[in-house]
Amino acid sequence: MAQMTMAKALNEGLRRAMENNPKVLLMGEDIGKLGGVFRVTDGLQKDFGEDRVIDSPLAESGIVGTAVGMAIRGYRPVCEIQFDGFVYPAFDQIVSQVAKLHSRSDGVYTMGLVIRLPYGGQIGAIEHHSESPEGYFAHTAGLRVVSPTTPNDAYWMIQQAISHDDPIIFCEPKCRYWEKGDVDLDHPPRGLFEANVAREGRDVTVVTYGPSVRTALRAADAAAAEGRSVEVIDARSIAPLDFGVMVTSVQKTGRLVVVAEAPANASVSAEIAARLAEDCFYSLSAPPLRVTGYHTPYPPSRIEEEYLPSVDRILDAIDRVIGFES
Amino acid sequence: MAIGFELKGESMSEIPLVQLLTPEGERVSHPDYDTSLGRDDIFAMWRDMTIIRRLCNEATSLQRQGQLALWAPLQGQEAAQIGAGRALAPNDFTFPSYREHGIAWCRGIPPENWLRMFRGVHHGGWDPQKYRHSVPTIVIGNQALNAVGYAMGVQRDGAEEATMVFFGDGATSEGDVNEAFVWAGSFDAPVVFFVQNNQWAISEPTIRQTKIPLYRRAEGFGFPGIRVDGNDVLAVYEVTRRALAHAREGGGPTLIEAFTYRMGAHTTSDDPTRYRIDAEVEAWKHRDPVERVKAYLVRQHQVPAASFDDVTEEANTLAAKLRDDVLSMPNPEPLSIFEHAYADVHPLIEEGKRDMVELGIAGGGH
Repeated sequence: MAQMTMAKALNEGLRRAMENNPKVLLMGEDIGKLGGVFRVTDGLQKDFGEDRVIDSPLAESGIVGTAVGMAIRGYRPVCEIQFDGFVYPAFDQIVSQVAKLHSRSDGVYTMGLVIRLPYGGQIGAIEHHSESPEGYFAHTAGLRVVSPTTPNDAYWMIQQAISHDDPIIFCEPKCRYWEKGDVDLDHPPRGLFEANVAREGRDVTVVTYGPSVRTALRAADAAAAEGRSVEVIDARSIAPLDFGVMVTSVQKTGRLVVVAEAPANASVSAEIAARLAEDCFYSLSAPPLRVTGYHTPYPPSRIEEEYLPSVDRILDAIDRVIGFES
Repeated sequence: MAIGFELKGESMSEIPLVQLLTPEGERVSHPDYDTSLGRDDIFAMWRDMTIIRRLCNEATSLQRQGQLALWAPLQGQEAAQIGAGRALAPNDFTFPSYREHGIAWCRGIPPENWLRMFRGVHHGGWDPQKYRHSVPTIVIGNQALNAVGYAMGVQRDGAEEATMVFFGDGATSEGDVNEAFVWAGSFDAPVVFFVQNNQWAISEPTIRQTKIPLYRRAEGFGFPGIRVDGNDVLAVYEVTRRALAHAREGGGPTLIEAFTYRMGAHTTSDDPTRYRIDAEVEAWKHRDPVERVKAYLVRQHQVPAASFDDVTEEANTLAAKLRDDVLSMPNPEPLSIFEHAYADVHPLIEEGKRDMVELGIAGGGH
């Protein structure tokens, strides 16, 4: 067991993946000497060389498009997109080639690449640095999308993602990069696509992922002070979603609140709510509610707290599903 | 150049262009390029061009008869593709767009496989690793970046292989192609960019895509560019052969602009009479890539008429086989859509399969 931040855990996970497989390459902007703007790749170029830790030209489609070719050649590229809001130039390569080449080639090509995407808000940044684009990728067949929220998950999930044969959008909640936690260097906690009950409870199920997990856990603490027992599920995998764990929970509590930073409309939170309404119809005592960012461009950072799902908004939703009378 | 007519404001005679065989079929010399190809090699290239033109015509007929959803004809570009395709070494890897039937032919891919996409039974059609020829890319320019990445992999493997990527004049406006140029230049990737400038991106002339000759773009990205007469199979072969060797030897990328002409429509859905004049098409007929080789073989090597007739007969036989293959091509099983959507087990795939079987959309037992 070791104590480290999520950024360091990702760094150690990448290091271990590179040690285990010489075909693993890292590419991205400023990931070499600088170690990435979040220092996730700190020291890796020094240890693995410029051929394996590639400082790329400043063009996101180029990063992903060349990674596709490397994957065809048998490499395992791990791309870093510097910030969520800069992934869109690569969107075409991701949805047109990354997601489809395995299928188009009848399985001959293995698109075993990972696209690391620091995402989400709560960091007081300027525009394009706080977005939650995971829904675009979750919607696309051929891709998988995961998001760790603890250092231990980060350490293991990055390695599991790199060794997986499908392309994975690896969403890193950057507001959690500097939080420390225990990392078990010997045993992975669970499979890459398995949800985790982050806190057990009886009255309400809160399903969330990424940067909102911490907020949901704080809300659960506050609710407990009022005598309400809230179960918090960290989805971990955004696509596919691990509905087994969620269904078991909702069948127990009968109430569901879904929390995410991304706006609710046509979103991952919409999918969670719709599917659980379908699968748990006879267990539900109230309609599922969602607490998300509003349907606006991400706001200037001085008012991001008012935009994002907050402890108060989550508590309000918990009150409403408990107080609902049919 | 034998023909000096004005082409969209650009005088052909003013642009340096590598040519070894004139439109009249006369061998001419070039200070930097020569060929050691003999009579049999050149006859073999004429055969290639004749066959792909015949197969392409058959495909157009099949589309007109409702057997293909679409076809992208290559008429006029036979020399560009056969010259480039025959310059490849077996281990080189190629990335096509969707009109590279001549390259597919050179790579040994059975013609019926090229037509699977156009018939609507597959999005690819062949095993790209087996034939060293990637699957079609329809999103314009994506494959340029994929090719550079592949070449960077070759570079890391220390292998003596070249990667060649094909795209058209329209694609040179795409961000991906320009990013591919940046990457290739920056990393000295062993890649050859082969742009077939067929003068038209559907209805838009090349002058809409570029203010300077396309081959000169390379200079700004830091690697050599060269324009070759794309209707001269000997020149295309020699220019490509040398660029591929340059890449294999660690010399970095080259941009080859094959200056050619799309004699037919963009695809069978297109109507070029709406945007270009007959006189232009007529002028290019005099520069036909196949006829000039035949004229040369007759005049210079006294190849007898029977030899040409044999190939025409062979092409007809292949076309008939292609027709039979297409007509007997089965539709894919509905459940096949789930087969390679993911490499590993995925719950939504399992759910979709169950749904299809339960609803009777597809038979069970898979």
